[in-house]
Amino acid sequence: MNKDLPRWATAFVMPVLNLLSALLVTALVIHLLGESPTESLAILVNSAVVNPEGLSYTLFYASTFIFTGLAVSIAMQAGLFNIGAEGQMYFAGLGLTLAMLAFDSSLSPWLLIPTGMLGAALFGALWAFVPGYLQAKRGSHVVVTTIMFNYIAASLMNTVIVKLVPPGEQNPASRAFSAAAEMPRLNEWFPVLGETPLNISFFIAILALVIYGVVVSRSAWGYKLRATGLNKHAAHYAGIRISKMIIIVMLISGALAGLGSVNSIMGSTHYLSLNFVGGAGFIGIAIALMGRQHPVGIFLSAVLFGALTQGGFDLSLEKQNIPPETVILIQGLIILFCGAMENLYAPVIAKALKFKK
Amino acid sequence: MTLDDLHIGSILVSTVRNAPVLIFAGMAGLFAERSGVIDIGLEGKILASAFVSAAVAYTTQNPWNGVMAGILVSVLLATLQAYVAITQKGNQLVAGIAINIAMSGLTFVVAQYIFQQGGRTPDLGSARLFDVVLPGSAAVEHIPFIGWLYAHLIGGHSVLVYLAFLLVPLVHWVIYHSRFGLRLRACGENPHAADAAGVNVERQRYMAMIIAGVLCSFSGAYLSIVQSGFFLRDMSAGAGYLALTAMVFGNWRPLYTFLGCLMFGFFGAVQIQIEGVELPVIGRVPGALIQMVPYVLTVIVLAGLMAKSVAPKALGTPFVKSR
Repeated sequence: MNKDLPRWATAFVMPVLNLLSALLVTALVIHLLGESPTESLAILVNSAVVNPEGLSYTLFYASTFIFTGLAVSIAMQAGLFNIGAEGQMYFAGLGLTLAMLAFDSSLSPWLLIPTGMLGAALFGALWAFVPGYLQAKRGSHVVVTTIMFNYIAASLMNTVIVKLVPPGEQNPASRAFSAAAEMPRLNEWFPVLGETPLNISFFIAILALVIYGVVVSRSAWGYKLRATGLNKHAAHYAGIRISKMIIIVMLISGALAGLGSVNSIMGSTHYLSLNFVGGAGFIGIAIALMGRQHPVGIFLSAVLFGALTQGGFDLSLEKQNIPPETVILIQGLIILFCGAMENLYAPVIAKALKFKK
Repeated sequence: MTLDDLHIGSILVSTVRNAPVLIFAGMAGLFAERSGVIDIGLEGKILASAFVSAAVAYTTQNPWNGVMAGILVSVLLATLQAYVAITQKGNQLVAGIAINIAMSGLTFVVAQYIFQQGGRTPDLGSARLFDVVLPGSAAVEHIPFIGWLYAHLIGGHSVLVYLAFLLVPLVHWVIYHSRFGLRLRACGENPHAADAAGVNVERQRYMAMIIAGVLCSFSGAYLSIVQSGFFLRDMSAGAGYLALTAMVFGNWRPLYTFLGCLMFGFFGAVQIQIEGVELPVIGRVPGALIQMVPYVLTVIVLAGLMAKSVAPKALGTPFVKSR
């Protein structure tokens, strides 16, 4: 029924209506919790957008979310639903950390940062490889296997991080990396941002969005990718090797999710800690669905979730009944309205347009 | 501890105690999927009903009120899922994941709002479901093996455990020997044929989803008001996915699904028992690694069996009536 509608309606009006529906339900929940939705929104906007430091935090979170959003999106282009960005990013943190622990005293920042990114991408890809391989060769559904790999990553990292704790320390975290491993922060050039961790990962994320956009919609490989997603059988008859495509896409997807850890670790904490991912992988699912896997959509959705995360923290300080976990609920609602019920308003819009004619 | 401390007896007893969570959810998944709707939202429904059951049981100090409230919430979620999957013809995987994530957030927020204990409920205490003591348990207690078998393996569980085990033959009968089950399977295999034969495919699928909602709620209620005695954030810990995997393992058949659930229950029991035990050759296995066992097992089961198992043919495809 989508095809009858003009592009502006499907690409813009419907996603916005779906998003508003999700936020409306959230407002209802907040109202039921005895807080004022409008007041909460004002606090949120003020803390996440208006205040330059808050905005800086918003974009900092968004830098990670762009990568997880891209990870889920590129898999979705091939018709794969990768729920495992969370685990892939978590495991990637280990790859990054191992690279840092090995080289952070010997390499210059110019070499160290790419090394860290490589380690993260490699480990992220590795964590996505097994589900991808099993989907391609054995038909094990990637949704369930990636979810299982999230749980496995959580248990595995629990064990590994304990081993990385330097002697004499209590905190379950690796040692801090040397200063050379710190991503250059943007407040060096823009002091107005204050002491915030926003760093060049933001630009790397935007670069990744551009590359994604060009590769997916302008390259021969991207065409094959989308063909696989649209109709596997037709793609197979056109000579595309589906199982190879599935494995490669999952590798790329895992690597992208892995790169999200660069911002979280090298851009902020500078050490590997327990649960540092904090749900960024799941947020990637919401972003991919809300942004309709389009680079601009992914960017805007990532910024929105950055704002929700940042604003959510401040909101929880002022409003006791709205803990930061409320963002998880919003995530679920956005996935519901923008993903599962994306055509909810199509009949209404179609009727309105017909009426006009 | 050494290997000798691994008691087969207590492993079997905890297998029986672990399995119901999976059995209820597995049977729920069977109804949904045999009708043609993928139910990846089991996890969220388990979590939601676990919370609501615990919260209501605690507030009213009556476990049965908790069970009832759990059914209500789980059916509501199942209906929402059905609306999305059947009426809206949306992506069923996405709908399920949405429910799982939304419930993970909502249960925490509401639990925090009501009880202010970091997203958990207070201990249920006397509002927990009591264990049934079979008549004559005390008399046979001292008889070796038989006493244990009667009083601890067969007896001594809560009513929900017996319900779970009785459910399996019942579900088998409904799916394979009742008119409802025949129609259900027809909708899952070839909805157009079912439609031509006069079956209302959408209504049949709605009914299947509502039954799935009811069954799934027991899973959550069991988790919180029988097994642990409180609700804890994200306490379902993948049980919904394990149940789904048990169903794949069981080829979407009730009896084999039941065996799959028992298998997961057994490994869960071994996992608890083996913690801290000094094993030959390997030595002590860290607890965190042992926690991975069910998840690794799921992947292995899926890798080994998915290609061979036969899913309902129309699984995951919305039904569009042909004109």
